[in-house]
Amino acid sequence: MVSLLVNAIVAGLLLGGFYAAVSVGLALSFGMLDIANLAHPAFIILGSFIVYILNSEFGIDPVLAGILALPFFYLLGSAIYQIYYYAFERRGEEGLRGLAFFFGILFITEVALILIFGVDYRFVTAPYIGSSIYIGDAELPLRMLVPCIVSIVMVILLQIFLSKTFIGRAILAVSQDDLALKLMAIRPQRIKNIAFAISIATASLAGACLIIIQPVEPSVGRDYIGRVFAIVVLGGMGSFPGMLTAAMLIGVMESLTATFYGPSWSPAVAFGFLLLTLAVRPAGLMGR
Amino acid sequence: MPYVSTRYFCLIAAVVTVAIAIASRLATNDYFFFAGYVVLQYVVMSTAWNILGGYTGYINFGTAGFFAIGAYSAVVMHKLFAPPLPLSILVGGVVAGLVGLGMGYLTLRLRGVFFAIATLALAIVLQTLVTNWDFVGGSRGVYIIRPETGPLGHPYIQYLFLTMLVLSTISICIARAIEHSKLGYGLATIRDDELAAESAGVPTLRLKLIATVLSGALMGMAGAPLPYYVTYLDPTSGFNLAFAVNSIAMPLIGGTSTWLGPVVGALLLATIQQIATVTISSALNLLIVGVIMVAFVVLAPNGIIGLFERGRRTRRRPTEKGAA
Repeated sequence: MVSLLVNAIVAGLLLGGFYAAVSVGLALSFGMLDIANLAHPAFIILGSFIVYILNSEFGIDPVLAGILALPFFYLLGSAIYQIYYYAFERRGEEGLRGLAFFFGILFITEVALILIFGVDYRFVTAPYIGSSIYIGDAELPLRMLVPCIVSIVMVILLQIFLSKTFIGRAILAVSQDDLALKLMAIRPQRIKNIAFAISIATASLAGACLIIIQPVEPSVGRDYIGRVFAIVVLGGMGSFPGMLTAAMLIGVMESLTATFYGPSWSPAVAFGFLLLTLAVRPAGLMGR
Repeated sequence: MPYVSTRYFCLIAAVVTVAIAIASRLATNDYFFFAGYVVLQYVVMSTAWNILGGYTGYINFGTAGFFAIGAYSAVVMHKLFAPPLPLSILVGGVVAGLVGLGMGYLTLRLRGVFFAIATLALAIVLQTLVTNWDFVGGSRGVYIIRPETGPLGHPYIQYLFLTMLVLSTISICIARAIEHSKLGYGLATIRDDELAAESAGVPTLRLKLIATVLSGALMGMAGAPLPYYVTYLDPTSGFNLAFAVNSIAMPLIGGTSTWLGPVVGALLLATIQQIATVTISSALNLLIVGVIMVAFVVLAPNGIIGLFERGRRTRRRPTEKGAA
C-alpha cells in the first residue's frame, strides 16, 4: 500500500514535470501576452506527429527530432501571430473572435491530422523507452523521466532567457505595459510576435515528450486543453515557478486518482481543478 | 427591415412553421426527415448559442456538453418510465438550464475568456461523468428503441422532425423577443462595454445568468430527442466536438447581431453538410466547416448578414447624406 502510494506520487511528479513542458508555451502566450491560444494542444499534437515522422522514417531520437523541429514551429507561431494581430488585435476584437479563431485552428489541425494519419495510435522508438531505474521502492520509468528532465530544462532555459536577455526582458515588459514599451521606441507588436513564436516553438519539444510518454492519435490534444489552462491559471498566469508547482500538483492529483479510482476518472481532475480555481481563487496559487 | 412587433413576429413564425409542416407532408422519402431533423437541430443550437455568444459576447465552447445533458436526461427518463417526448425535452431543458446557472454563477464574474475556458472544461468533466456512469451505458453506450409510430400514427422520424421544427420556431421567437426587450438591450451593453454597463447600473451578472440559463436550456432541449433519433448513444458521439464547432461556426458565419444570422448560418451550413456527408467524406466536411469558420472570423467578422448590410449601407449612403 505504501509503495503503491509512493509510486503514484513519484509517477505524478514525473507526469507533472511533463505537464510543465505542455503548459509553458501557454504560460507565455496566455499568461503574459493575454492571447488565449486554445489551439496550443493541437500544435503539441502536430509536434508529436512531426517527431513521429522523423523518428520512424530517419530513426532520429525523438528529443533530437523535437529540437530539429523548433525552427519550423517558431515560423509557424510567427505567421499565426501576424494573422492574429492584423485580424483581431489591431481592431481591438481579440476577445470573442480571437477565441473563435483559435478554436477553429484547433479543430482544423485535428481534422487535418486525422485525414492524413487516420485515428490509429502512433508511437516512437528510442533505446530508453521501456527501461526503468529504481530508487528504493520507487520506480522511475525512463520514458517518464526523460520527458520530465527535458521539460524542466526547457522551463529553466526560458526563465533565464526572459530574465537575462534584452528580448526576454522586453517580453516581460510587454506583458506588463505595452504602452510604456511604445514610449521606449520598441514596437510591442514585434516583441509579441517573438514571444508568441517562442510559445509555439515549445510545442514541438512538448510534442516530442508526449509521444515518448504515450502513443498519440490526433484527438488526444483535447484532453490537454483543460490541463494546460488549469495549470496556467492555477500557476498565477505568467509565473513560471507557479506554473511548475501547479503542473506538479495536477500531475500528482491525476496520478493518485488514476491509481486509486481508475484512469477513466483522471481527465476530470484537471478540469475540476480549473473550475474550482476559477470559482474560488482566479488569481492562482501564487497570484499577484 | 421594417419593425415588426414581437407578437406579430411570433404569429408569422407560427404560420411559416405550419406551412413547412404541411409542405413536408409532400416528401415521399423518409431521408428528407432524417436530414431535415439535423438541419433544424442546428437551427436551435446556433440560435441558442447566439443568445449568449452574439448578444452578450460570452463564448460558450461547451455546447456539446449542454446538448449531451439534454440527450442523457432523455436516456435516464426513458430507462425509468419511457415518458412522452415533450416531457423528456422539458426535463432536458431544465437540467441543462440548471447546469448553466451553476456554471455561470461560478465563472461569469470573471473575464469572458475564463468563462470560455470553463465551458470547455465543463464539457469534458460531464463526459467523464457519463463515461463512468453505468446506468446510462457508460463508455459502452446505450441502445434506445425508437417507437414505430408517433402519437398521430405517422412514422416516428416524422414526429421527431415536427418536434424539432416546433423547437426551432420557439427558439427563434425567444431570440427575437430578447433582441427587442429590456433584457436584450442590457445584454448588448454588456457586449459593448461591460464596465460602463455595470457603472450605469445594469445588473450585469443577473442578465448574464439569465442569458446563460436560456441558452443552455435551449441546447438541452435540442439534445433531448437525440437518443430517439440515433437509437444508439455513447459518450463520444453525444459529446462530439463537431456539435460545438458547428453551433459556434454557424452563428459566426451567418452573423451574430440578429436572430436571422444563426438561422441563415445553420440552414446554409447544415444543408451543405448533409449533402457533403453523402457525397464526400464526413471528416473532410468537418474540415471545410473549420476552414470556412476561420475565414469568416478573419475576413468577414459580421458574417453573411454583415456582408449584405454593408452592401445596403454603402448603396444608401449618398441619399442619406443628401437628406441631411
